[in-house]
Amino acid sequence: MDILRFATAGSVDDGKSTLIGRLLFDSKAIFEDQLEAVERTSRDRGTEYTDLSLLTDGLRAEREQGITIDVAYRYFATPKRKFIIADTPGHIQYTRNMVTGASTADLAIVLIDARKGVLEQSRRHAFLTTLLRVPHLVLAVNKMDLVDYSEDRFNEIREEFTAFASKLSAPDLTFIPISALHGDNVVSRSESMPWYEGTSLMHHLENVHIASDRNLVDVRFPVQYVIRPQKATDPAFHDYRGYAGQIAGGVLKPGDEVMHLPSGLTTRISSIDTFDGPVDEAFPPMSVTIRLADDIDVSRGDMICRPNNQPEAAQELEAMICWMGDGAKLMPRSKLLIKHTTRTARALVRDLHYRLDVNTLHRDESAESLSLNEIGRVSLRITQPLFVDDYSRNRMTGGFILVDEATNSTVGAGMIVDARS
Amino acid sequence: MLQRDYTTSQLDVLEAEAIHIMREVAAEFERPCLLFSGGKDSIVMLRIAEKAFWPAPIPFPLMHVDTGHNFPEVIEFRDRRVAELGARLVVASVQSSIDAGRVVEETGRRASRNRLQTTTLLDAIEEQQFDAVFGGARRDEEKARAKERIFSFRDDFGQWDPKNQRPELWNLYNAKIRQGEHIRVFPLSNWTELDIWDYIRREEIEIPSIYFAHTRKVFERDGMLLSDADVVNRADDETVFETTVRYRTVGDMTCTGAVQSAAANVDDIIAEIAVTRITERGATRADDRASEAAMEDRKREGYF
Repeated sequence: MDILRFATAGSVDDGKSTLIGRLLFDSKAIFEDQLEAVERTSRDRGTEYTDLSLLTDGLRAEREQGITIDVAYRYFATPKRKFIIADTPGHIQYTRNMVTGASTADLAIVLIDARKGVLEQSRRHAFLTTLLRVPHLVLAVNKMDLVDYSEDRFNEIREEFTAFASKLSAPDLTFIPISALHGDNVVSRSESMPWYEGTSLMHHLENVHIASDRNLVDVRFPVQYVIRPQKATDPAFHDYRGYAGQIAGGVLKPGDEVMHLPSGLTTRISSIDTFDGPVDEAFPPMSVTIRLADDIDVSRGDMICRPNNQPEAAQELEAMICWMGDGAKLMPRSKLLIKHTTRTARALVRDLHYRLDVNTLHRDESAESLSLNEIGRVSLRITQPLFVDDYSRNRMTGGFILVDEATNSTVGAGMIVDARS
Repeated sequence: MLQRDYTTSQLDVLEAEAIHIMREVAAEFERPCLLFSGGKDSIVMLRIAEKAFWPAPIPFPLMHVDTGHNFPEVIEFRDRRVAELGARLVVASVQSSIDAGRVVEETGRRASRNRLQTTTLLDAIEEQQFDAVFGGARRDEEKARAKERIFSFRDDFGQWDPKNQRPELWNLYNAKIRQGEHIRVFPLSNWTELDIWDYIRREEIEIPSIYFAHTRKVFERDGMLLSDADVVNRADDETVFETTVRYRTVGDMTCTGAVQSAAANVDDIIAEIAVTRITERGATRADDRASEAAMEDRKREGYF
């Protein structure tokens, strides 16, 4: 059994909570005491139906105001897979929250109301999904029951969205006509839509192939921590020196020739260790400890790669930034901390090329700053080299966060578009 | 473990993520500690810590907030496990907080030291100058916890502000704090109750005996079975009877209910959980039942 992480975007009006509630309910991930609590609250508020959004809206303020404030994580499993849902609100702080939820997602579900068709909001959600390089996108055309399960209406929406998606570098795209309320095509195939030849949403979630979404080509091992058990009780470990980290790309094997950055020195992997014993190979997302054949000065923030396949050692970065700070804005000359893999440095914003309107994709080149929830392309200068790849090639070595040193808040998420040394 | 198509099992993914989180904390903070209660989640967390730094010892101390109302089987287990690892254990005592006048003991039938623990915990964090504190909380446990970050910021009063949390992207965690502030770190955030048990089975991890079916003198209150012990205030009309029970969670004797069960080993427990229709905290924790936002309110104050 593996794990699929997926993000859902939309508002209560799209039937998103109903859909999640149904996925959880039909996979028996909602328990009686949770359902009773939701039913009780719905009744107390005079709501006629059981408001399943109360399952995910866990904070007092959310319940009081009837809105979702923050990303909520929900869990369910079927015999085939474990699922982690990052449920992001549709209205409030949508960009910040959706970008957060999408950053780790294998798949995103964007809901479209069959009566309303492709709205600005649907386009916005799809754009953010592709910006964050979520590998699989599902367009769930919901409320099919309210358009008489019309094949024509579904095809119309599919064509309209496909035309829009061609402007994005859209990933694997799947359209599913559903009725979350009645359960059509959610868990099992709908009898009301015999014209639909695809699978149900649940079947798609259970079977979509994600193992090859990871980068298994470019070896990238950001050194996270050096393990030197000098005081170990076992004398065999007195001279042990291992480099611990989580593999960000490629497949590593003992005996492989590797290069250490920033030194550029080459050596071989002598052993890949874990608590449970050495392993023959290691690949993302494994956390391992690597030992090297030669004595090289390696510390946290360094990178291990292959001599013939190196990341860029970049001090100048071009990146798309999603600004998440609600105080100071991002402007040319802003100074920030940048955290990229296991290395933290200082960054200076050299230039803001444009601000992107996430609804129209219009580039405003006269923009002078980015405010909360705005996205733009910037040039950064970094105080020391970062070992980077384009985000489109590797999300782990292409993504970074920005931290405001005055407040210690995380104020930006960045995706590298063009690295040069 | 690994197949040729590089599919990774859910337990391996969760373990790799938790190890990454632990190493990140060890690298970025000066004085971390790991909260170890002897409950199943903290036992799993401790195993992850062993794995993350092997063959070096765990590079931080453990801390237990001892209410004085713990199950004796669990305290015995805690001390044995700490000795095996050669770890340093800090015990923060609620009784000491009461004796020092920092908190006042609750009275009455439902008196519990559950809420008092927060003060003891925050005092200990301040006294020991811990800047990162690992907790075993999971997002599937409770709806307020579903909104919690993996690196969860606490101000210099130890408080959590759920409306003003730092965005958390990819596997990049913001560890920046000022003096007096700290970060609660939850490496098991993405685990479910079933994942914990699957992992205990796979790793053959020892757990305290009270998780397995045993005969115990209990009485019923609010649909929960509480242990008949000295520290639990029982009314005369609450009748004691003997039955076969086990515990799904381990907290204070005063607020942790047992469930009737014949599950004698980990396989039985997993089979039981797979068909259960009630969450573990719903079934067994009086502390969460106080109100709809009981957990959120306690968490804001600095609770686990």
